[in-house]
Amino acid sequence: MNLLGLYNYWVFAVLLMIGFYAVVAKTNLIKKLMGLSLFQAAVFLLYITMGKISGGTAPILQKGVDDAVFSNPLPQVLILTAIVVGISTTALGLGIIVRIQEEYGSIDEEDIQEIDRR
Amino acid sequence: MTSLDTHLPVLQVVIPLLIAPLVTVLRPARLAWAATTGTSFMALSIAVALAAGALRGDAQRYDVGAWAAPYGIELAVDSFGALLLLILTGASSLALLAGRTSLDQQVEKGRQPLFLSAWLLVLAGLSGILVSADAFNIFVFMEISSLASYILVAGGPNRRAMPAVFKYLMMGTIGATFYLIGIGLVYMMTGTLNLADIQVRIQDVSDLRPVLVAAGFITIGLGLKAAVFPLHVWLPNAYSFAPHAATVFLAACATKVALYVLLSFDFVVFQQNLVGHETQFAAFLMPLAVLGILGASAVALFEPNLKRLLAFSSVAQVGYILLGASMISLPGMTASLMHMFNHALAKGALFLAVMCLATRMPGLDLEDLAGAAKRMPLTMAAFVVGGLSLIGIPGTAGFTSKWYLISASLELGGGGWLLVGVIVIGSLMAVAYIWRIIETAWFQEPPSSPSDVREAPALMLAVTWLAALANIYFGLSPWLQTTLASGGARMLLGELP
Repeated sequence: MNLLGLYNYWVFAVLLMIGFYAVVAKTNLIKKLMGLSLFQAAVFLLYITMGKISGGTAPILQKGVDDAVFSNPLPQVLILTAIVVGISTTALGLGIIVRIQEEYGSIDEEDIQEIDRR
Repeated sequence: MTSLDTHLPVLQVVIPLLIAPLVTVLRPARLAWAATTGTSFMALSIAVALAAGALRGDAQRYDVGAWAAPYGIELAVDSFGALLLLILTGASSLALLAGRTSLDQQVEKGRQPLFLSAWLLVLAGLSGILVSADAFNIFVFMEISSLASYILVAGGPNRRAMPAVFKYLMMGTIGATFYLIGIGLVYMMTGTLNLADIQVRIQDVSDLRPVLVAAGFITIGLGLKAAVFPLHVWLPNAYSFAPHAATVFLAACATKVALYVLLSFDFVVFQQNLVGHETQFAAFLMPLAVLGILGASAVALFEPNLKRLLAFSSVAQVGYILLGASMISLPGMTASLMHMFNHALAKGALFLAVMCLATRMPGLDLEDLAGAAKRMPLTMAAFVVGGLSLIGIPGTAGFTSKWYLISASLELGGGGWLLVGVIVIGSLMAVAYIWRIIETAWFQEPPSSPSDVREAPALMLAVTWLAALANIYFGLSPWLQTTLASGGARMLLGELP
């Protein structure tokens, strides 16, 4: 069944939108950042899925086996880099939130705007 | 070509990337500044050599690690890339050279080496985007430069920089992730990440929907990064609260590098292969460009803070650049690429003058600047030159690209007159908001209380004037940017009219 065969892509789209919703709708900066992480994680899933062939194994040459089906390792390598980027972004974002808490005494977007208006 | 010349594309990235961690351990701060500035000038000289190569028409390609494309990562510098490399390295070098006193005022001595190291990472990341011919590599360099530029913006003393940079981080990351989704879909369809290779292979799959979706994701994602109206909301605060030296650097080149990727992707990869893509591109971006020019200029008219005013003007200038590109014609694209160069010159000179003012003035709201020209006549004179170039007065760099833009609109026929109207109204609004500043600074009486406001430090002032004179030089002799821009435009448009 085609619809079920696209299961991973459905999960990708739903996760992406949950993350995006959190970024747009939440006012708590930590929750926003969690949404952003989820948003990025969804894309990792997209890449991993596209490289997978059902029944495929890791691309390692074995003696006596010459009809093995390999999954494409390149998307996984790419996404390893993207995961590192994601971690750096989250770490930097949390660092900024700590500084905001020190300076403003709040991590809620509305409070911060209120304080800046004064 | 000598053997060193062949390595120039990779050296452009590797030199700042390697020196960045070394700068973090240099003490005192003065030494770190000297090393950073030296590196930046080295990058500038490499960019000049690459631009000379592009003018000669050399194919400047480089296989990283000697792995041939499309399996290895390929670097390529054409005249479009060379034009932007000149902007990037030039802005970085001048901002650093002029910015020492300003950095001392705004960034603690102990943290300066770290700040300067982030600066070099921005330089390396943005150069990487410009030399790379690999879609995923561009993503990685984009994130290197973005993460480092968040640090630059957050380095300022004003606490309002923090919420500004958080917003910048959110929107920047969403933009980059959209781009990542886009190239994922392209990779799914073509099985390659090398731009030249994608261009060939996409022809077989161009009628499939994922390619169309990919074009959408990539355009929106890069539009976020490039502060295309209405995706610009991160830009004004990020530019106003960043340390002044960092504002000079980022305002001159950060959004333009994102536009470089946007145009390369939309024109080189998609335009020539997707049926009707050029009409979609024009129908989508031309209204946004017009709204950006009119809307952002209108906000700038009423903005009380000098840096925010200039930041909104930057959003309007992105509109002009996109307007030229969305005409899908050779004159329009040439005008667009020229405007990137000319706007960087004008905005660079203006923000350098702002940095001079900021070292002496209590604040940068217009009311603080009353009578500033009486105390700092040379700085304000340089500001006027930059302002004239931004408006597009004949004899300055800004005039040449606006002229090309208007003549390109006229070639469109009927509707072109409307675009001419938009450009003229946008320029008139620029006259109005620049005049507000000039009027306050030159014709109002300075506050009577005695103050020690005097001319900016000599080096800073000299660099500001260098930038101001460059506006006049490139206005009278626009050969360099015209040649590189028309070369770039021909490359982008390929077989299109």
